[in-house]
Amino acid sequence: MPSLKDLKNRIESVKSTRKITKAMQMVAAAKLRRAQDAAEQSRPYTERFNAVMGALAASVGDSDSAPKLLSGTGKDDVHLLVVMTSERGLCGGFNANIAKMAKQKATELLGQGKTLKILTVGKKGRDAMKRDFGDYFVGHVDLSEVKRIGYADAQGIAKDILGRFDGGEFDVATIFYAKFVNVVSQIPTEQQIIPAAFEAPEDDSAEATTLYDYEPDEEAILADLLPRGVATQIFAALLENGASEQGARMSAMDNATRNAGEMIEKLTIQYNRSRQAVITNELIEIISGAEAL
Amino acid sequence: MADTMQFDLVSPERSLMSTQVKSVQIPGADGDMTAMPNHAPLITTLRPGILTVETETGTEEFVVTGGFAELGESLSVLAERAVPKAEVDQAAYEAMVDEAHAAYQQVKETFKNEPGPVDDAVKLLSDMVAIGGHIGLSPKQPSL
Repeated sequence: MPSLKDLKNRIESVKSTRKITKAMQMVAAAKLRRAQDAAEQSRPYTERFNAVMGALAASVGDSDSAPKLLSGTGKDDVHLLVVMTSERGLCGGFNANIAKMAKQKATELLGQGKTLKILTVGKKGRDAMKRDFGDYFVGHVDLSEVKRIGYADAQGIAKDILGRFDGGEFDVATIFYAKFVNVVSQIPTEQQIIPAAFEAPEDDSAEATTLYDYEPDEEAILADLLPRGVATQIFAALLENGASEQGARMSAMDNATRNAGEMIEKLTIQYNRSRQAVITNELIEIISGAEAL
Repeated sequence: MADTMQFDLVSPERSLMSTQVKSVQIPGADGDMTAMPNHAPLITTLRPGILTVETETGTEEFVVTGGFAELGESLSVLAERAVPKAEVDQAAYEAMVDEAHAAYQQVKETFKNEPGPVDDAVKLLSDMVAIGGHIGLSPKQPSL
């Protein structure tokens, strides 16, 4: 049975925890709005980019001279998994879900006898993957110093990946990130970025009939655009991830705040009961002392 | 009545402009061109330069640093980076030139025996320097 003082201390400490989680929730809510804005701002670019690339890829895709970024190296022996997670914890299952998905894929690939390479973006994913797949790490991108993710960050990561691809280090690259749906749901997603897989334009009848002139020629444009495509997809993934992280943190902290509230209520009831028990005890002692005289 | 067409200028970080325009001057990779309504469908890559947009109410200018333009019934310019000309000051311009310069140095190291990529980098850098001439700023260091 905890003493009165112990209970009082516990209540105080849970109260200050609640203050912290409440503050974190509000900070996450503010950041979420900004992250969502950023993701929305980038969407027109990504959509148009994919539409144009889809049309281009369809017209050049089958020729032998198609760039390797589009057609692949002809093998799929070496896989590069790019695991994108957050730099900070306390955001519910966000990082764990992404890591779980990446681990599943990694186990599957190893089972098929493929060679595995892992590039991590964000500290938390690195920590989560280290134990089982630490031997396969080929690199890590640290974004902890980055306050607001810009296109330049995505370009940096893309450059790293493209450099490895040109060096023949891998055949297929897949990124793992969480797609933001709403505050309570973020879906871990895997997406193949090399060789590039562009979603076919939805109204393909209209797209396919437009015959474009190309200046310079199609292949030169494609060669110029494909590396950008990688950067664009990574940028989109980073932004989605950013929004997802804040969303996940917000709901995790909301839960924590509510749990702390419940705990305080319970502890307060317990505290009041023990206080009354102590008073009753004292009364009994006084009364029985008086009777004995 | 002057015909107009839909014009969108977007960069990865934000959408800068979306409006009806009379004509747009695009710094294409193979030379400048002016796109007007009912132009033949065209896709071109951009070189760093000035993008001039003529709307019914006036003209606006943007500094773009590469990307591509898709010209169909409407014109979409997808720029890697696009900044309204008025917002480019000496410091921002110098940063851009420095970046091109650094890229050039790096390429020169990596591809010592292949002229292709080095030529591209030199062109990028000289395009950057040329932008300065158009907006009345000069790079703090000589170009090469």
